[in-house]
Amino acid sequence: MTAPNHRWRKFKNAVIQTLTFACAIVVITPLLLVFYHLVRHGFSSINWAFFTQLPKPVGEVGGGMANAIVGTFFLLAQAALFGVPVGVLGGVFLSEYGSPRFNWWIRFTADVINGVPSITWGMVVYALMVVPMRGFSALAGGVVLGMMMIPLVMRTTEEVLQLVPHGYREAALALGIAKWKTIVQIVVRTALKGIVTGVLLALARVAGETAPLLFTAFGNHFWTHRLTDPIAAMPLQIFVYAISPYDDWHRQAWAGALVLLVLVLAVNIGVRFLTRDRFGQRT
Amino acid sequence: MPATSNQIMNTPPAQPFAGVSALTVRDLSVSFGDNQALKRTSLDIAIRAVTAIIGPSGCGKSTFLRALNRMHELTPEARVTGEIRLFGENIYAPNVEPVAVRRRIGMVFQKSNPFPTMSIVDNVTVGLRLNGVRNRQLLAERTEQSLRMAALWDEVKDRLHAPAVSLSGGQQQRLCIARALAVQPEVLLMDEPASALDPLATAKIEDLILELKKDYTIVIVTHNMQQAARMSDYTAFFYLGELVEFDTTTKIFTSPAKKQTEDYVTGRFG
Repeated sequence: MTAPNHRWRKFKNAVIQTLTFACAIVVITPLLLVFYHLVRHGFSSINWAFFTQLPKPVGEVGGGMANAIVGTFFLLAQAALFGVPVGVLGGVFLSEYGSPRFNWWIRFTADVINGVPSITWGMVVYALMVVPMRGFSALAGGVVLGMMMIPLVMRTTEEVLQLVPHGYREAALALGIAKWKTIVQIVVRTALKGIVTGVLLALARVAGETAPLLFTAFGNHFWTHRLTDPIAAMPLQIFVYAISPYDDWHRQAWAGALVLLVLVLAVNIGVRFLTRDRFGQRT
Repeated sequence: MPATSNQIMNTPPAQPFAGVSALTVRDLSVSFGDNQALKRTSLDIAIRAVTAIIGPSGCGKSTFLRALNRMHELTPEARVTGEIRLFGENIYAPNVEPVAVRRRIGMVFQKSNPFPTMSIVDNVTVGLRLNGVRNRQLLAERTEQSLRMAALWDEVKDRLHAPAVSLSGGQQQRLCIARALAVQPEVLLMDEPASALDPLATAKIEDLILELKKDYTIVIVTHNMQQAARMSDYTAFFYLGELVEFDTTTKIFTSPAKKQTEDYVTGRFG
């Protein structure tokens, strides 16, 4: 209980506290820097035309990314159509059915797939769809994003279903309710907000994917009218503009990146509200 | 002198009453993996009476209760052998669906568990609705009837569409009882239904059980011996997975045949 001992402890505590604080700052700084740069370079190029017009040919000033913005939403809708049912049902299987051994393998596979570089996905879908169909297509773009969503949605669905207390399942079964109805009407309903959160985060995650789209959706300077035609997407358009030598295209790329980031941020903030409401209701 | 397991197995099934039995249990054993939680138990459950299951923690009383409506089938490693007949019908027969059994033998759990996504009325009718009942009039009738039987109607009749989780703990447990009653089971199993409640809420649940036994056969697991003595007509004492003694509650609490029972009900162990 001597004083120097305490001083040494307080010193150690201060060192650790400073270190962890510094790390926290390191986490936040990139987001702030990215946001700052995007606003500085991109904000001036965001105008009505950016959201409503097609890209202008090289040399002509102005134009917008309307087709890429719509394209991104269209690709995401396709991805959700394909990835959400498979992911959610897979998560239900992992949580409610299956044997521990089999489920271990599914989980392991899903986690490995999550870590596969996204460009690999692009190549896989290129080989499976683009080559046989003889062309880049919106369909292939939707499929590749959907495939990337599946493991994400599956694992979050499983996790939130596991959070539903076992007592609810027992109570439902004790009422003579069949197992599948218990799962759909009681378990999934109880965890619905968590599942929606997982889906939104997965969509936000794939919304910014560029590499897999290079081999599948390919990009398009015009509106796409058929699923079998190439389609524009914001990340692709940003990529094309950013590596071009034209100043006007660079400005468009900054603006596109800003819009994309705001979109992803909006989803993340929306999800925070959604989950907060959930915990508020629980008490 | 403590009874050996051999003596117990050779005893004919305990049947302290002459009337009709709702459930007849013969040689019921339940094991989880290598652990035998319940050993060759035979007893009869009297119709329209309260049968209390008492015993120290880990004695197999919840295991016994959950075998009565085939709830062990949710646990993959659980194995149940023996025979349980509900009014003569073997509920473990191969052609009997566990879902059908649970519709006739309802259950109320230790921790109240109304469904958090549903309103009060939806909780009461969920068993009917998810079993295909669409008739609104019938659902409304059953709601009022079940809530009245659970002594909850007067407290909630003006806010039937409020979330079930807005009720107090004691009310939630009575709501769970109403939910179990709404599907009109023949037997009601209760696993320590009042152990998480305050004394006032406990008293309400006890009054309710005494009222319900006019129409229902009730099997209740309890840790609380005063509760067993107050409410039940018959009492079964379990110890280490075996049925030690089964008799009328008066007999168990005043002149039990076995020393172990006496030690337990007088608080000398357990």
